[in-house]
Amino acid sequence: MDNTDVLDYQQGRLNLAKDLVNALEQGRSDDADIIVLNMAGMRESYLFQELGKLTRELHEALKNFMLDDRIASIAVEDMPDARVRLKHVIEMTDQSATRTLNAVEAALPLCSTLLQTSKDLSEQWQRFTKREMQPDEFRVFGKHLGDYFNKNNDEIAAVEGHLKDILMAQDFQDLTGQIIKKVIHLVDEVEKNLVNLIKLAGGKRFSNGSQVPLQEELAGPQIPGLESSSAVKGQDEVDTLLASFGF
Amino acid sequence: MHKNMKILVVDDFSTMRRIIKNLLRDLGYANVDEADDGERALPMLKAGAYEFLITDWNMPGMTGIQLLKNVRADPNLVTLPVLMVTAEQKREQIVEAAEAGVNGYIVKPFTATTLKEKIDKIFERINATKL
Repeated sequence: MDNTDVLDYQQGRLNLAKDLVNALEQGRSDDADIIVLNMAGMRESYLFQELGKLTRELHEALKNFMLDDRIASIAVEDMPDARVRLKHVIEMTDQSATRTLNAVEAALPLCSTLLQTSKDLSEQWQRFTKREMQPDEFRVFGKHLGDYFNKNNDEIAAVEGHLKDILMAQDFQDLTGQIIKKVIHLVDEVEKNLVNLIKLAGGKRFSNGSQVPLQEELAGPQIPGLESSSAVKGQDEVDTLLASFGF
Repeated sequence: MHKNMKILVVDDFSTMRRIIKNLLRDLGYANVDEADDGERALPMLKAGAYEFLITDWNMPGMTGIQLLKNVRADPNLVTLPVLMVTAEQKREQIVEAAEAGVNGYIVKPFTATTLKEKIDKIFERINATKL
C-alpha cells in the first residue's frame, strides 16, 4: 500500500469518526453501531491487503529463486547424472590401469627371458671368439643361436604388441577428462545458485541470478545408462550413417 | 598418400595427441605436428603445407567443427583431407560434420585398426577421384 492509499485510509477513518460523533450527539444509536462496524471492516480490509502484498512478494521471490526450474532439475537430474558420470570415470580409470598392468605383467617376463638368453649367448660368443670352445660345444651353441633368432622375432613382436596396448589404454585420460569437465561445470552452477540463495536469504534482491550465461554444451562421451537417444552406439553405426552420404 | 606427408593433429588433451602421433608413427607417418585447439591450428594450416588434418571436435577456443568449416571456406585448404576423431557421437553431429565436408569420422574410444582403415579409405577415395 503506497502513501496515497494510507492517506485515503486515514481520511476515511476520520470521516467515519466524525459521523460517529454526530450520530451519538444526535442520539442515533443504530447509525452509530453501523459506523463502528464499518470502521472495523475498514481496518480488516487494510490488513488483508497488506497480507496479500506480502504473500505476492514471497511468491515472486521463491519463483525467482527457482530460476527456470534449473535448481529443481539440478537436484532431480544433474546430481544423480553427475554421480553416474563419476562412477563411470572410476570404471574407466580402473579398466585402463588393469589393461596397462596386464600388458606390463605379460611383457616383463618376455623381456627377462630375452635378456637372460642374450646374456648366455653373449658369454658363449666371447668364448668362441677367444677360441675356447670345443667343436661339440660349438654345435650346441650354433643350435642355441638358431633357436634364439627364431624365437626372438615372435617374442619381440609380442612385447611390441603389449606396448601398443599400453599406449591405447591411455585414451581414458581424454574421455574421463571430458566427463570431469562437465561435472566441474555443474559444480560451478550449483555454487552460483547457492550464492543467489544466500543473497535472497539476506534480503538483497537480485535480478541477474537467473541469467547465468550457460555455454552451449556439447554432448561429449556417452555414459553407460545415460546414453542420448540420438547417439550412435559405436564406429559401425557411424560408418553406416556416413555411407548414406557416400562415404 | 606418401609416408612423409605433413600431418596436423588437433586435440586439447595432450595424451590423445600423443596416442594419435604414436599410432601414426607406427603406420609410418612421422612428419606430424600438434595443436591444442582450432585457433592455434588454423594459422598453422594456412602457413604450412599440411596434407592431412586430424581433429577433435570439443575443444576450448575454436572447436573442431568450426575449424573444419574455416578450412573448407579457405580456397587454399578447401581440398585438405580432414579426419575427425571425437567423443561426439550424436547422429545430428555426425551429419553436421559430413555436411561441413569432413572426409572421415572416428568416435572415441577407437582402435589402431580403425584409425588405419579410415586413413587408408580417405586416401583411396582421394586417389580415385584424381584418376
